[in-house]
Order: sequence, then structure tokens, then C-alpha cells
Amino acid sequence: MILRGHAWKFGDSISTDHIAPGRYFHLRSDLPALAKHVLEDADPEFASRVQPGDFVVGGKNFGLGSSREHAPTIIKLAGVSACLAESFARIFFRNAINVGLPAAIVDTRRIVTGDLLELDLGGGSLHNLTQGYRLEVTKLPPTMLRILEEGGLLPFVAKHGGLEVGAQ
Amino acid sequence: MTLAEKILSKAAGKEVGAGDVTVVAVDVAMIQDGTGPLAVRQLEKAGMVRVANPNKTVLFLDHAAPSPRKELSNDHRALREFAGKTGCRLSEVGEGVCHQLIVEKYAAPGQVIIGADSHTCTAGALGAFATGMGSTDVAVGMALGQTWFRVPETFRVLVRGSFPPGVHPKDLILHLIGLLGADGATYKALEFDGPTIREMQMPGRFTLANMAVEAGAKAGIFPSDGITRSYLEQAGRGGEWLPLEADPDAAYERTVEIDVSDLEPTVSLPHTVDNTRTIGEVAGTPIQQVFLGSCTNGRLEDLAVAAAILRGRKVHPGTRLLVVPASRKVFLEAMDSGHLRTLVEAGGMVLAPGCGPCVGVHEGILGDGESSLNTSNRNFQGRMGNPEGFIYLGSPALAAATAVGGVLTDPRDFLE
Ligand code: SF4
Repeated sequence: MILRGHAWKFGDSISTDHIAPGRYFHLRSDLPALAKHVLEDADPEFASRVQPGDFVVGGKNFGLGSSREHAPTIIKLAGVSACLAESFARIFFRNAINVGLPAAIVDTRRIVTGDLLELDLGGGSLHNLTQGYRLEVTKLPPTMLRILEEGGLLPFVAKHGGLEVGAQ
Repeated sequence: MTLAEKILSKAAGKEVGAGDVTVVAVDVAMIQDGTGPLAVRQLEKAGMVRVANPNKTVLFLDHAAPSPRKELSNDHRALREFAGKTGCRLSEVGEGVCHQLIVEKYAAPGQVIIGADSHTCTAGALGAFATGMGSTDVAVGMALGQTWFRVPETFRVLVRGSFPPGVHPKDLILHLIGLLGADGATYKALEFDGPTIREMQMPGRFTLANMAVEAGAKAGIFPSDGITRSYLEQAGRGGEWLPLEADPDAAYERTVEIDVSDLEPTVSLPHTVDNTRTIGEVAGTPIQQVFLGSCTNGRLEDLAVAAAILRGRKVHPGTRLLVVPASRKVFLEAMDSGHLRTLVEAGGMVLAPGCGPCVGVHEGILGDGESSLNTSNRNFQGRMGNPEGFIYLGSPALAAATAVGGVLTDPRDFLE
């Protein structure tokens, strides 16, 4: 799976409150409406300007905070093809994979907003086409790669009739 | 084996160690009104509207309780309907915060507990492996009675010394998070032990376990000992107790040692929990709202500490004090013991048991530029409903002192 798009760069410690603010709690059962506010408290312009295929690029501990799966879900609904960060908070990372949003751990320090990026998650590399360099991407654990490749946790469970990940 | 390895091995039906990926049986699963509707829709979408273990699957109406908007009222309706269809337990509006009710009624040593709420780790205080996950993970866990985990490495937190007057378990956990950093324990389990922990009563242990996730941890786990046992006995659940200790040769990735005798009242400054200072460095900062409550510090003991400071005093005219008992049981006990009367006489107001203003959904929303001192666990930008607001975190004692002072105030100023 090779993904290509432009970067939206955010700083360290982007929380689930930045991504899906509690004041829009009442929109949680209307995800397209909630997605209009995605990342609003980190960049109020993001939701209206993001283009299909773009990347959300964070720094350290991206997605810290609550377990709200609405956070990766509305990033995906906004058309974002993948999240990149130096590190992810645990629950956000697992949620992203479960909803089929690729999340890649990579050194994002030199990436700036607008860079054209190409991500090869299976091959483990990120190419910054604008700046002309390649970076290694941390490989997903095999269990998570399988869940992602099958489109998320629900399709995975439907296909295998259960979780059966211990076998690998 | 560490506590995490022991509990997960039992749940997996085979010996597993740090780094292993395994499917485990789930003892208790829970969702709440923020994450639950999505979990229910996921199960409907997958044609799996069933729960493996209805008596140990709980739906909580607590984050928007009572509901401030029709959309949220309809979410509540959907959860009630799901409970009716599947036979799982429903905790109604006014019963209290999910994590408090889980420890009062459901959690026991040795269990695996999953919840669609990040502070599910609270129940680790009772010797359970309890962790927060997203809606889909918990939905699948509810339907199958199983989930999968990578067994975490463990950081051992060894605590010794006696708390000085005015210093509480909340100060210890804020200090620890400041030390580790908000991502310092990501993917790890924290295991608490040491002489101070062995003397600490359950409310203090709950406060510590509750905030394990604020250092990024997957779980915060305590041994199960005599104090655990008497807590369960008082809850009428003595039969669910079993002893649980890590092996003496358990392998820890890291050991952190803290002597609480040196601790001071501690505050997290906006907008991250690890942005900690001692009260001496920040005293005098104006505060317009104090929130005493939440799954971290909304228990009887917390209200008692605050009432002791506010007895015969008044909340500062420039500050509002919001008191939210964590559960109906806490509410009743705080009424009987007179703490609520004391807090209201001092100028505080009491809100319905639940999450209250913690997450910016329905109560106590900050105005632009206003600051709130909370006994809760998180101070991210926008959390209390307004990205132009500022949130500070501290202990119930610090909260009460600050309510009187109208500025961040050292609770030791009020010691008799
Ligand atoms: S009290 Fe706050 S932290 Fe606890 S469950 Fe409710 S919203 Fe979450």
C-alpha cells in the first residue's frame, strides 16, 4: 500500500481534545458533522482546507488522552490517508489501526506543512518528495498490520470468526 | 512474573511474558455515553448484537448526565435500548462515574477489565489488569468475551516514607507523572509497591491507578493484600478477594523510587499533566473556578479533606466551587457525614454524581481566559469546553484552600 499526499504539520502532544473537542460531544453520533471540527483546537483552518490523501503529521505522543475512537475516525473521514508521528499515545494508535487509518512511527522533525510525502507502510519507508530524502518507518507489529490490511478490526473479526492472533 | 504477567497468563490460559501477543478472556467490559453509542453501532454494523457476559458488561450514562441536549438524550436512549436487548447492565443518569462504580460493584483482584474510557486503569488498584480501549475494541470484547493484548513490560514504582501534613496521594501521582513525562510509560504497566503503598487505603490507591494513563501507561496495578480484602468485604464482596503478589524475581524494565516525606503539594499547569510545579512556585495564580470531584478525587475521603478546610470559612467571592460526588453512594455518605452541608454552607454547589465539568460537555464550562483548579486528571487545552480556558490540577486539599483563597493556595496554610 503506497500512499501519497501533502503534509499538515502539528506539534507535540496533540490530544484527543484537540482532535475531537468535548464541546462537540453531541455530534458523536453524527460523525460527518463531527469531522467538520476535526483538529479544530490545534488548527481551526485544517478541516476546511484538508485535501483527500493528505497526511496528518504530528510530533511526540500524538493522540494522547481519551479513548474516543471518534478521533482517528474523523481524521479518516476528513480524507486523510495516514497519520505520521514520532510517537503515538497507545490507545489512539490501536484505535487508528482498528478503524483502518494507517498510523506510522517515523522521525517527523524535518517535515513541514505542504511537503509532498510518499508512504510505503509495508516496505517501511517514507519519501519526502519535496525535500528529497527518505526515512525508515517503524514496522507495525504483525497483528496490527494484519488488522490494518484487512480494513480494520470488524472486517478482521468477520473474516476470521474471532481474534486468533496468538497463533502467529 | 510481574502482576501484569500473572493476570494476563491466567486470562490467556497459558504462561505469557512481556512482549508476547495473546488473546485473553475478559472478565468485565464497559462503555459509557461518550464511547458507547459508537460501540453499539459497530456491533449492529457487524451483525453481532450480543454480549458474551451480560452480568459483567456495563453501560454507563455518566459523561452527559443529566443530558444537556437532545442529541445526547437520544444517545442515552440508544444505550438503554441496547441494554434491554442484550440483558447487560445499565448504570443510569445520577448513579455516578463509571470508574467509581466499577470499583464499588464489579472489579476484583486477578480480573481482566476493558473499558471504552481511558481511565479504566482505575480498577488496577484492586489488583486487576484494567485498561482503556476504543469503542470497536470494547465492542468486540463485549461480543466475544475476549480481546487481544501485547503483554506490557512493567515499571515498578516503589514508594516509601510518610506523607507530610497537607500532602496526599494526588500530589504523589502528579509528581510521578512530572518525573516520567506524559509519554514516559507508553505501552508499559506501572506496578505500585513499597511500604507507603502497603499502608495506603483504597481511595489513595484508586487515585494513583486512575492517573497511570497520564504517563501513557496501559495499566497501573497494585498487589492485592489485606487492605484490598477489607475494601471488598465492606462492599459485601469479600468472596471475590484473592491474594496477588508479584514474584520476588519478577523482571522490571525500570524501577522508580519515591520518598513521599520530601513531597510538597503539587500542581499541573496548563495544558499538560506532566507540566508540574510545587505549590510554592505557583501560589497566587488567580482561579475563577474550583472543581472538586471526578473519578480521580470525587470520593468520600476527598470531600472530607476539603470539608475540613472549608468548615467555618467561605469560598472567595471571585471563585465558584463545584462539588461532584463520584457516585450515589458517595453522595449519600457525604450527606450523612455532613460534608456536603459544610461545603454548601461555605458557598459551594453540589452537582449530580457523574463526570460533571471534567470533560466540557454540560456543566462548569469556562469563559475565555478563565482558570479552573480541578481535582480531576487531565488539563488539556479545550477540555472544559473552551480552548481559551486554563486548567490546573491538584489535590482536594489544594482545591479547598484555593476555593478560599481565590488564587492557587498552599493547603498547609490551613493546617491547625
Ligand atoms: S470524571 Fe473525567 S476523567 Fe473520569 S471518566 Fe468522567 S470525564 Fe473521564
